[in-house]
Formats: sequence, C-alpha cells, structure tokens
Amino acid sequence: MKKLLLSILACFPLLLFAQDINALVQKVKAKLEQVNDYEAAGKMKTNVSFLKVPIATIKLYYKKPDKLKIKNEKGISFIPKGAVNINMANVLNSGKFTVLDAGSDKIGNTVVKVVKLLPEDDNADVVLSTLYIDETNAVIRRAKTTTKDNGTYELEMNYGKYLNYGLPDRITFSFNTKDYKMPKGVTFDFEDGTGTKKPEDKSKVKKGKVELDLKSYSINKGVSDALFQ
Amino acid sequence: MWTLLQIELFKIFKKPRTYLAFAIIAAFIFLIQVGLMVNGKDWMKFILAGLDETMDMEYDKLINGYAVCFFVLNLLLVHVPILVALVAGDLVSGEASMGTLRLLAAKPISRTQIILAKYFAAGIYVFALLLWIAIISLVFSIAVFGVNDLVVAKQNGIQLIEANDILWRYFCAFGFAYIAMMVVAAIALLLSTLSENSIGPIVATVGIIIVCTLVSEMEIPIYQHYIKPYLFTTYMLGWKGFFYIGSNAEGETVKGSIEYLPAILKSMTALLLYIIGLVGAAVFVFRKKDILS
Amino acid sequence: MPPIITVHQLSKQFAEIHAVSDLSFTVNEGDVYGFLGQNGAGKSTTIRMLLTLIKPSSGQIKIFGKDLSTHRHEILQKIGAVIEKPDLYKYLTAYQNLSIFARISGIKANRTMLMNQLEQVGLAERAHSKVKTFSQGMKQRLGIAVALIHNPDLIILDEPTNGLDPQGIADIRQLILQLSKEKGKTILVSSHLLSEIELIANRIIIIDKGKKIVEGYSAELLDPAKTIVQIETTDNKVAIEQLALSKWKEQIVSSPNGIRLQMNKNAIPDLVKDAVEMNINILAIQPRHSLEDYFLSLTTRPHHVDTTAN
Repeated sequence: MKKLLLSILACFPLLLFAQDINALVQKVKAKLEQVNDYEAAGKMKTNVSFLKVPIATIKLYYKKPDKLKIKNEKGISFIPKGAVNINMANVLNSGKFTVLDAGSDKIGNTVVKVVKLLPEDDNADVVLSTLYIDETNAVIRRAKTTTKDNGTYELEMNYGKYLNYGLPDRITFSFNTKDYKMPKGVTFDFEDGTGTKKPEDKSKVKKGKVELDLKSYSINKGVSDALFQ
Repeated sequence: MWTLLQIELFKIFKKPRTYLAFAIIAAFIFLIQVGLMVNGKDWMKFILAGLDETMDMEYDKLINGYAVCFFVLNLLLVHVPILVALVAGDLVSGEASMGTLRLLAAKPISRTQIILAKYFAAGIYVFALLLWIAIISLVFSIAVFGVNDLVVAKQNGIQLIEANDILWRYFCAFGFAYIAMMVVAAIALLLSTLSENSIGPIVATVGIIIVCTLVSEMEIPIYQHYIKPYLFTTYMLGWKGFFYIGSNAEGETVKGSIEYLPAILKSMTALLLYIIGLVGAAVFVFRKKDILS
Repeated sequence: MPPIITVHQLSKQFAEIHAVSDLSFTVNEGDVYGFLGQNGAGKSTTIRMLLTLIKPSSGQIKIFGKDLSTHRHEILQKIGAVIEKPDLYKYLTAYQNLSIFARISGIKANRTMLMNQLEQVGLAERAHSKVKTFSQGMKQRLGIAVALIHNPDLIILDEPTNGLDPQGIADIRQLILQLSKEKGKTILVSSHLLSEIELIANRIIIIDKGKKIVEGYSAELLDPAKTIVQIETTDNKVAIEQLALSKWKEQIVSSPNGIRLQMNKNAIPDLVKDAVEMNINILAIQPRHSLEDYFLSLTTRPHHVDTTAN
C-alpha cells in the first residue's frame, strides 16, 4: 500500500510539492502551537549604528496568540519596534496566506526549504514573508519579512534544547533604522578635540541588529497578562 | 600661610553674597527637579524623538536620579562660572574698594602670599559650591527618583551606561568641573588685581566666558582652527567626556571605559596650564602693583 | 642710636606726575614726627612708600636701620599704621576685624588682649557690632586699635583726625601724646593742619609738590620769639607811621595789607598798651608763627590734583 502511494505521488511531482510545502508549514505551525506561553531568560546584544548600549540581561515573555514582550528587569533597554515578530507563531498566525515553494537553500550545512508566504489580506502590514525551513526538524531557521510600514526585517534562529517546541536558543533580529541626529545646541557635546569627524554613512536607511541568547525557557507555566502592558 | 587662608575663608563666608550662590543653586536645582517630576517623560520623549520611531523605551525608567543629575549639570555648569566670578572677582578689588587692601598689604605678609591665600580660599569656596551642587543634584535626585541606567544623548547617537557604572563618572565629572571652575576663579582673580572696584572684574570675567564660549561654539573655520584650540572654554565641557562610554567593534559599551580619555586628559592639562598661567600673572601683577586705593 | 626712619633722595613718579621728588628726612627714636603738607603734596605717597604699598621710583628707605626693600617682613612687623580713612571690613564686627589684623600681624591675641585694646580706644561696648554701623570717629578709633594691637615700635598715622569732630580730634591728640610719652613709641603723623601738628609733634617736616620745604624741631620752627603779629586798625596808614617812630620800628615787616610785626609772643600786651597810648584804634590783633604764616601761603594757593587720595 505504501509503495503504491509513493509511486502515485511520484507521478504527480508538482501536486505533491504544493501539498508537501503546505504540510511542512502546517507541521511547523503545529509544533509552535504546542506552546501556549513561555518565559525565557537571556542576554540581548544590540548593534545599531547610533546606539551604544551594553549587553543587557533580559526576559522574554510570550503568550498566545500574539503577545510578546522583551523586558530588561533591572535597567533600561531599547527594544526595536517589530521585535514582536521574533516569535514565528505570530507570523504564521497572522491570517490566511498563500504558500509558495521557492526551492531549496543551505544555511550552514543544513539544507532548508525556502517558502514564501503571501498574505491574502491586502491591508495586512506584512507584504511578504520568506521562510527558510529545516525540514528534518520542522523549524524555521531564517525568516525575511517585508512590511509596509516597518521596512524589512530578518530573523535568524538557532535551536538547541527546546527544538521540540520550535523555540530557538539564539535569535538574530535585523531591522531597518533611520538616521539619528540631534541639533548640536541641544546636547552641547564634548568633542574629542581632534577636529576630525568620523566619515558618516550617508545612506538614509541603515541596518540594526539585535541578538538574543536565550538560556532557559519555562514553557506553558502561565504568564500574567499584566506583563505585556 | 595657613593663618592667612583661614582669614580669607572667614572673610568669604562672612559675606552675605557668598550664600547667595548657594541659595540660587538650590532654587535652580529644585525647579528642575520639580519640572522633571511632573514633565520628565515629555522631556525624555523630546530628547529621544529620533529614536522613538524605531525603538520602544520605558520612559519611567529613563527618568531616574542619575538622569536628573545629568540634566541639571548640563544646564547648571554653564552658569556656575558666574557664581564663581561673583566671589573670586571681588577678592582683591573688593578689598581695594573697601580700603582694606592697603592695610593688608602693609602687614608683614608677602603679596604672593596674599594672592595665593585668596586663590586657595576661592578654591575652597568653589569646592563647597560643587559639593553643594553634588548633594542637591545627585544625592537628592537619587533619593527622590531612584537609580537606573543613564541614557546620554549626543549629537549623532545615544548611549546607555549601566547604573553600576555611573557613580564614579560623577565623581570624575565633578572633579573636572572643579578644575574648570578654578580657571574661572583664576581669571576673576587676575582681573581683580587690576581693578579698584569689584563689579568690573565680575562683569569682565563673565563677559570673557561668554565671548570665548561663543567663539568656541561657532563653526567658522578660522575660529575653529586658529583660535578655538587656545580658548579655555573649549576645554570646559570636558566633564561630559566622562559620560561618553567606550565601545568595542560591535558597538557594545565597555563597562568602566571612557571614549575620549586622551582628549579629557588633554583638556585637563590645558586647564591646569591656564590656572598656573593666570595665577602666576595675578601674582606678578599684584607684586608690581602700587596700591593707591 | 640710629634713626628709626631714614629716607634718602626718595622719588616717585606716576606717569607724568612727580608725586615725590628727591625727598630726604630722618625720624629719630621717640619722635612725634609731624608730616605736613597740603592735600596732594606727596604725604600719602611717601607714607605708602614707607609701608611698601607703593614702590619708589628711586631713593632709599631705611627703617630700624635696615633697608626696607630687603627687610620688608621684619620691618613691617614692628610698624602699626592708619592709612588715610580707617577702612575696615564693614561686614565684620570690631572684634573680628581686630582679631584678623592681630593674626595677620603674626601675634596670637587672646580675647582679653583684644578686648583690652578695644577698651583702650573706647569701643569695648561695641565690640560685637558690625563696623558698617560705626560712625567715622568710631572707625578711626578702631583703625588705631588695629594699628596698635601688635604693640609696634613705630606708629604711622596718616591724617588721623580727618573727618572727626572736635572731641574726636582731642581724643586722638591725647592718645598720640600718651603713646609717645608713656609707651615711648616713635610716631609719624601726617596732617594738612599745622595747628594740629604743632600741639603734638616735636619735629616737623613740611613738603610741597613732593619736595621738602623745611624740616626741624618744632621748638625752633615754632619759636615764640619769631611770632608774626598782624594788626588791623581803623587807619592802617597812620598807625604804621606812628609805629615806625616808636620802639617797635625794628619789628615791622613789610606788608601790603595791614600791619605785621615779627616779635616775641610775650611782648604782645606791651604792644597793645603802646598802641593805645599812640591813639591807634585796634580792630583786631592776630599772632601767628612764621611757619604758620608760610604754611598758610601754601594752603591758600589753588590746589593741584591729588594723585593718591581717593
């Protein structure tokens, strides 16, 4: 019986492909849906041209369907807007979309499926998402999302202990930033006295990057709504 | 010398004018604190407006004791020279106009001693003034607003210094501000030796500071290249340098570091040279001076 | 015994003005030395040079036998001075002022010492009042207390009676005599009033335009035998003719207005008696020392600008 089925499927490669991709996305989604909420502790490293910040100790809170919060428990952190999308469940749950197969690629040594998601709702903020899915583990390794308002951002995820829940140990979130400039009269800067100004990157749109290293997840133990205020 | 210094201090702290400076500072800082308590968030939003589009921030945490003190120092330290000039500009000329200078100079003490005692007394006054500022702006702000990380906005960037990496920077900043104020005291003292009334040196000192600051800040090439490097006001903002934290290649701040440490040390050296030059000139002028008042 | 003060060819020039020119004089131990001159004559400039407030353009000053320029500290320790107006720290009390200057003078004055000194100048009751509440006379007395607190050997008083009421002037005079006679202090006192100086000084110098006019012992300069007597009569012409025929002939000195005789002061009653006998109707008779006469001629001249007084 199995053999028969396989041979039939082999005869209709395109059909099989589409179904396969949809199934893969569903599989990924199902894996993520095991998680109702979680709390993860970790470190956040920010790399934005005009920001100089230390590595922050943060906590990441998630709650179904689309709540996500990064909190610096003690100090102050600048959290990029759109960081809510670092949880892929949010992307996959954001309404109906058309799934397109865009072939295969490699991330490191892992072969990944490239999948494009086109939202069916024309008014959705997300215009296009491209997912790079590790088929074997049914997890998203990379995601590029283009939005109308917040530019393009990119996620890269590495998995470890929490692979079974589809939760990454390490997330790299890249996003667009705008240039930051204050009038000199407001800040009265102290200058280094060398008189030479560092060459400035003239391009208006700049990339910012945030790296999250998540050490420990506490999954499905309940997270208070108040945390997302 | 010690006796002379004690006497000079006694004279300074017996003058009502001396306490005026302390009162003005207390009132000023109090006003800022109240203002920030009520509208601190709005102010922070204004400062960080460029960042607001791409980043989420917890404004409640941004307004903390360290930030309030930083704000106070930004506004206040520009004006403290006036208060310093008010006392230092009066040191010699005030005695000349009062008529006590001739009594003093006819006593068995050298004129160099008189000038140095007056300068050291001014030094103690400035120290007391800065200590007062530190107590009200830092200690009092921390008590009211608590502590947290400090966000420092520069012209082309924003940086964040962790709460446990800040206090020493304030000590250094106050130390640097002290040196800067002692330059002002030295200018006022020098002018004071040249005048027979106390208003002249005070106004002249403030005038010099205003003009030099304007020239320092003007981005006109001829001033920037040929004049600015020699103006003391160019180096007076150095205290801020302690709040410019160093960073590694990836843009992460390095705890305990200072971005432009060599520049700060250079500023400090320049200011110390100014002090030596100005006090030396004051001693020279006063030794040569015929006291006719 | 060397002189307390030896001034030798002292000059001071301010820009174009010669405030003091080639001035020489000596003050001996125990002298009350009267330093006379009209305002702007160079008195203050000289005194300020003695106190190292002004640097001489040329000349030499020796005090206590030592060169002032090289032994400044040592010399100033033994000098007490009131220089022009007795200005003190207005915002401090009399006691605080005195205490400050005692310490600057290098002495450790305790409370008793300070209060005694204030007592001596009659300010003990106002010891803790601020100087700004003091009258001119009280300030002057406090200034003197400040000058005396370190028990100096030489006391320099520049116009000490300026701005004082008659009682104040008498008090100061009394104090100077007391310091000289009872304590054996050497005192240099300047004034623009001869009448002031002649009552206290044993030696006098008169300077004008920075130059010495005359210096000597008061007893000689103010010798009663050299009194000038000016007489005003109903008819001066007739009177002078009559006097020229009398025994007073030798004493008449030429005078364009009025009658002047140089004579011994003690002979005035005789002169009056004779005049009555000669039917000379006297309206006024005024005895004056020759020095005073001279001094008056200086002071009635138009003043020139005082370079040091403020």
